[in-house]
Amino acid sequence: MTTTLTEAPPPVASTAQQRTPPRARGRLTPYWLLLPGVLWLLVFFLMPMVYQASTSVQTGSLEEGYQVTWHFATYWDALSEYWPQFVRSVLYAGSATVLCLLLGYPLAYLIAFRAGRWRTLVLILVIAPFFTSFLIRTLAWKTILADGGPVVGALNTLHVLDVTSWLGMTAGDRVLATPLAVVCGLTYNFLPFMILPLYTSLERIDGRLHEAAGDLYATPFTTFRKVTLPLSMPGVVSGTLLTFIPASGDYINADLLGSTDTRMIGNVIQTQFLRILDYPTAAALSFLLMAAILLVVTLYIRKSGTEDLV
Amino acid sequence: MEQYQPDRPSPALRAAARRSLSGGRAALARRSLLRASAGGALALGGLGTLGACGIPPAGRSRGGERAEDRSAKEKTVAFSNWTEYMDVDDSGKRHPTLEAFTRRTGIEVEYTEDINDNNEFFGKIKPQLAAGQDTGRDIIVLTDWLAARLIRLGWVQKLDPANLPHAYTNLSAQFRNPDWDPGHAYSYPWQAVSTVVAYNRKALDGIEVTSVSDLLDNPRLKGRVGFLAEMRDTVGMVLQDMGKEAAAFTGDDYDAALARIQKAVDRGQIRRFTGNDYTADLNSGDLAACLAWAGDVVQLQADNPDVGHIVPDSGCITSTDVLLIPNKARHKTNAERLIDYYYEPEPAAELAAYINYVCPVDGVKAELEKIDADAANNPLIIPDRDLAAKSFAFRSLTSEEETAYEEKFAKLTGA
Repeated sequence: MTTTLTEAPPPVASTAQQRTPPRARGRLTPYWLLLPGVLWLLVFFLMPMVYQASTSVQTGSLEEGYQVTWHFATYWDALSEYWPQFVRSVLYAGSATVLCLLLGYPLAYLIAFRAGRWRTLVLILVIAPFFTSFLIRTLAWKTILADGGPVVGALNTLHVLDVTSWLGMTAGDRVLATPLAVVCGLTYNFLPFMILPLYTSLERIDGRLHEAAGDLYATPFTTFRKVTLPLSMPGVVSGTLLTFIPASGDYINADLLGSTDTRMIGNVIQTQFLRILDYPTAAALSFLLMAAILLVVTLYIRKSGTEDLV
Repeated sequence: MEQYQPDRPSPALRAAARRSLSGGRAALARRSLLRASAGGALALGGLGTLGACGIPPAGRSRGGERAEDRSAKEKTVAFSNWTEYMDVDDSGKRHPTLEAFTRRTGIEVEYTEDINDNNEFFGKIKPQLAAGQDTGRDIIVLTDWLAARLIRLGWVQKLDPANLPHAYTNLSAQFRNPDWDPGHAYSYPWQAVSTVVAYNRKALDGIEVTSVSDLLDNPRLKGRVGFLAEMRDTVGMVLQDMGKEAAAFTGDDYDAALARIQKAVDRGQIRRFTGNDYTADLNSGDLAACLAWAGDVVQLQADNPDVGHIVPDSGCITSTDVLLIPNKARHKTNAERLIDYYYEPEPAAELAAYINYVCPVDGVKAELEKIDADAANNPLIIPDRDLAAKSFAFRSLTSEEETAYEEKFAKLTGA
């Protein structure tokens, strides 16, 4: 582009003299603009990654120091020791994601198409819990699900807990300190991550498409199936990713709402790193978690497609 | 209680003197220098290869543990403590005992409550201490086992006995000479914490709880019993209950205790292993009975008359939270003066009246009676002879034991 400009004969001599010659610097501008982002990634993503990768193949102890001995067996040991927690993390995060989608889709739909002048208010209500800390929100569930509380009382009267007990999701007539409580906590804490992307992609849908579908004698259900749902898929995909990824690494919910048989991989990493001071195993587990998430997400995206992921 | 005799060095003082002769840091200077240069060479190797990223030994910090003591020039001291571990006036913003200290000495105290968890705090200060840098703190408060680790690693400074006359005189006999810091060369207790069995009378509904065995075995308490995620407290209490000594147990004893807890976990007897959050569960009755820290129980009882506690006949585990001066702290003398100040009966009583933990200072009872007679007669704050006899410390562990035991205990609690 710049070369054509210089080679082109000047239309008016005087303006050609005034025009500054093409600056070589200009070509570098995009890179300069990229610089902050790249630096950020280098310092806060790549370097910690390299450091973690290095830690995971070290051996040693706090007193003796740690040396890189390329001890890859740590990975295998960690995986064979803690695979149940891995499986559990994926299961819990998966269940929470599905629940989030089931709860979040109707709500996002409501906000996008039916809320009218209440739209802003409802959106704020969705985000409002985020004004308090993650910890407080999770602790609130201890009160909600307390053994003697109304929720557990009602579930017991309706014999719902007999069913969940039989499924192994609760223990006896309580909900706290069971897998169900952990999944509830995860669902609640990550629900806005599902609702907001869903809302953005639903809100973008042109209302006239619905009218057109109606004009073509589509029932409301067919309109939803053939028009709304396909157009909201980018929201579904990004919403599930934004929910599943942090949920599978979470450890607060399992810690506060769970028991010994609900510990997730995040708890194991925390214990290894802070309590047992086995930094290599903690680092290896972190990498395995990343790999597991990457695998699940890749499979999911291949299945659902990312053409117009928000 | 041994009497303080000014003309004859106390046992503590003698132990401190012995240590300074035999365990001097000078002998280690060359080794740490070698390590430092090795570390430098590794760093020069470049970040590109993973091989260059080895973590240097955490041992003795390079460049010595002392920094220039600016106490005389800068009348300030930075004190890091746990939350709610200091007296507060009615406005909730000022700390009367600290202010009295400032008035008397002119030393300004930068008081921060930034310690929430021993393990987390260790993770936080480790990089600086390992690298031989100032943490920005002159005094930190840590639980004894972590203090033992820091002393083992050489990350805290030896205290100067000359600045601690009250501390030497007034430290209760029960807390003298712990095996991890003989003669208190590096640390002084801030408060002590006893682990007891607490219960919610309403939730118990007539079930009698008198021992740790009841928690582990009574089928009527299934799923409503809590133990502490702090390994030493839980395993120590179970060891005592089994007739072993927490202060002197073997590896087999430890495994036997874990096997006993594991059985209770497998049966669904134990609801959770908790940190401080058991207080909410006990208050609501979700936990009918649990292991609990005495200071919490005193505070809970004030709000909820259903909450009670017992000290099992087999005894209770008492750990201490101790004051330490980390390496490179810049106001060591000021820090020592502050430590000593809290060993005077008056400030110690004022503190004890407010925070309700076991006070390690002798001669506090008379002072405390003036402020709060109930507290003065509460054995959980001023231990009586009976409780002192039933208090046991968990023995200190070697670094290998610590790793192995923590790992086994982590498996027990679900990893």
